[in-house]
Amino acid sequence: SRRKKIDEEFFEELEEILIGADVGVNTVMTLIDELRDEVKKRKIEEPSELQPILSEKLVEMLKGSGDDVGMKENPNGITVILFVGVNGVGKTTTIGKLAWRYKQQGKNVLLAAGDTFRAGAIEQLEVWGQRVGVDVVKQDSGADPAAVMFDAVQEAKRRNVDVLICDTAGRLQNKHNLMEELAKIHRVIQREIPSAPHETLLVLDGTTGQNALQQAKLFGEKSGVTGLVLTKLDGTAKGGIVIAIRNELKLPVKFVGLGEQMDDLQEFDADQFVHALFAGMAGTEETEGENESQ
Amino acid sequence: MAFEGLTTRLQNVFGKLKGRGKVSEDDVNEAMREVRLALLEADVNFKVVKDFIAKVKERATGQEVEKSFTPAMVIIDIVNKELTELMGGTQEKLAKASKPPTVILMAGLQGAGKTTLTGKLAKLLQSQNHKPLLVAGDIYRPAAIKQLEVLGGQIGAPVFALGDKVSPVEIARQGVQQAKEQGNDYVLIDTAGRLQIDEQLMQEIKDIHAAVKPDEVLLVVDAMTGQEAVNVAKSFHEQLALTGVVLTKLDGDTRGGAALSVKAVTGCPIKFASTGEKIDQLEAFHPDRMASRILGM
Ligand SMILES: Nc1nc2c(ncn2[C@@H]2O[C@H](COP(=O)(O)OP(=O)(O)OP(=O)(O)O)[C@@H](O)[C@H]2O)c(=O)[nH]1
Ligand SMILES: Nc1nc2c(ncn2[C@@H]2O[C@H](COP(=O)(O)OP(=O)(O)OP(=O)(O)O)[C@@H](O)[C@H]2O)c(=O)[nH]1
Ligand SMILES: [K+]
Ligand SMILES: [Mg+2]
Ligand SMILES: [Mg+2]
Repeated sequence: SRRKKIDEEFFEELEEILIGADVGVNTVMTLIDELRDEVKKRKIEEPSELQPILSEKLVEMLKGSGDDVGMKENPNGITVILFVGVNGVGKTTTIGKLAWRYKQQGKNVLLAAGDTFRAGAIEQLEVWGQRVGVDVVKQDSGADPAAVMFDAVQEAKRRNVDVLICDTAGRLQNKHNLMEELAKIHRVIQREIPSAPHETLLVLDGTTGQNALQQAKLFGEKSGVTGLVLTKLDGTAKGGIVIAIRNELKLPVKFVGLGEQMDDLQEFDADQFVHALFAGMAGTEETEGENESQ
Repeated sequence: MAFEGLTTRLQNVFGKLKGRGKVSEDDVNEAMREVRLALLEADVNFKVVKDFIAKVKERATGQEVEKSFTPAMVIIDIVNKELTELMGGTQEKLAKASKPPTVILMAGLQGAGKTTLTGKLAKLLQSQNHKPLLVAGDIYRPAAIKQLEVLGGQIGAPVFALGDKVSPVEIARQGVQQAKEQGNDYVLIDTAGRLQIDEQLMQEIKDIHAAVKPDEVLLVVDAMTGQEAVNVAKSFHEQLALTGVVLTKLDGDTRGGAALSVKAVTGCPIKFASTGEKIDQLEAFHPDRMASRILGM
């Protein structure tokens, strides 16, 4: 059903769509206020005129300056990519997918099994290594992850690979010691290759709510996060919190995860993402089923 | 980004009262807006918030608040009590079959903490002199079986596995059979993470359910889950008839409003709180503590 006029109910519905998509609560309140002003100023009467304005604002926010969207590479040597994030968000799986992506581009890839803590974590990465056809540098379970990283960088240099992708154990951002361990991992990599890591990607579970903002803030402080990967968007969650993260912390989304298979990784597309936010909303042109794309 | 607890927020609302000395309807409305925001920031689902606010407002417009010298405190008290009530009031225990073994089936989204919980529950049951058998029913995730075997090894509990070529339904069935033969009084079945909209995998877990008729079906929910928690819980409940919920990763700094959403849509008790990566970090769930946490108190 298409709504006929812009009234309180309409703004409420917009607010609920945004909140329901986990867009940051503060961001939503600000956006809705801005829209109210816009309606007065421009004397907008049709809901169909307002929705594109909102979409545009969101896309603009997500795109930011735009110069940080692609993956940074090391022009003269090994590109090192470090993965960080809380438990169970999809770090290891995304590493498998990204390795596959680089492999397909004809690059030489090496993986570092930096999660020496979780049961079966090393074996999980090894299975991914086999699937994709890339080698994994590892030590025993329980080893110092910084030592694994040191080994991995040496091995990457020895083999002169194009890309080294480093897995780390999941950790909650409020665990001081574990966050310090991450800072150490970061330092070790940097000591061996001064320009590295070239990307530090924070993986966020698409179903996560407001806490993701805190994750981005604290991981950013401890490991110099350069970008985000938003996973599990093959479900019905929208992952809207990245809008607040982009807005408040300036971190771009680089990739989205859309499943558990090797090729379920896509480059982030702001337009498509915002489009999916409004899928199913009354008063817009969206039709059912579109929210499955992203 | 810094979160203001509900106490501060409400005190700000009613701080303006000083000198006027009377609570008006507008004051209550403004207070309710603050309660709403606090709950949304805690990730309580917006529909659940709506119902909840309506309920609280009804009580808050009564005499209690108007006559009070500390209206903020009275409202917090009302909110707190209603929240605790909604979350189940008292603590509930794990089911027990009249004739052993008690079969417990884990269910939930990817990465929620099912496998870890399977290990933790086994450890807890061992400490109560039970003999749990762990069943490796996730044949999809790379090294999922290995993960469960490592956990079982850590606590000296047997793990039943048939590799990743046998169907999970068959694995579960044979696992329960082995428990009967070898005298295990609890069977904990780990399953693969699945999206509630994945028809094939939801059918699979329904088939496991039909095959082993579990005494307890636990939905494992990551406490950091946002608005999506209601969809997940509702759908799993409709398809599987859940009997309980376990909230994981509560050792984080999330407010955990998902707890309220899940409870509100399923009506199932939240039975445990998982509070760490180590195998002994499992606690009974306390509705009153969770209420305070959601409110930032
Ligand atoms: N549906 C879906 N599942 C995913 C996606 N990405 C990862 N997963 C699943 O999420 C679960 C956790 O993924 P992992 O890669 O092990 O996550 P992690 O962050 O490495 O976890 P820890 O190392 O334990 O902290 C696995 O079951 C994955 O298959 C995705 O994009 N969509
Ligand atoms: N901090 C913390 N981490 C936890 C807790 N419970 C589980 N984890 C971690 O969360 C991650 C995922 O846990 P798993 O037990 O593998 O989750 P799962 O639901 O079995 O995942 P899939 O099988 O991939 O669907 C691992 O890194 C666990 O160590 C908890 O209560 N607190
Ligand atoms: K999760
Ligand atoms: Mg991992
Ligand atoms: Mg598992």
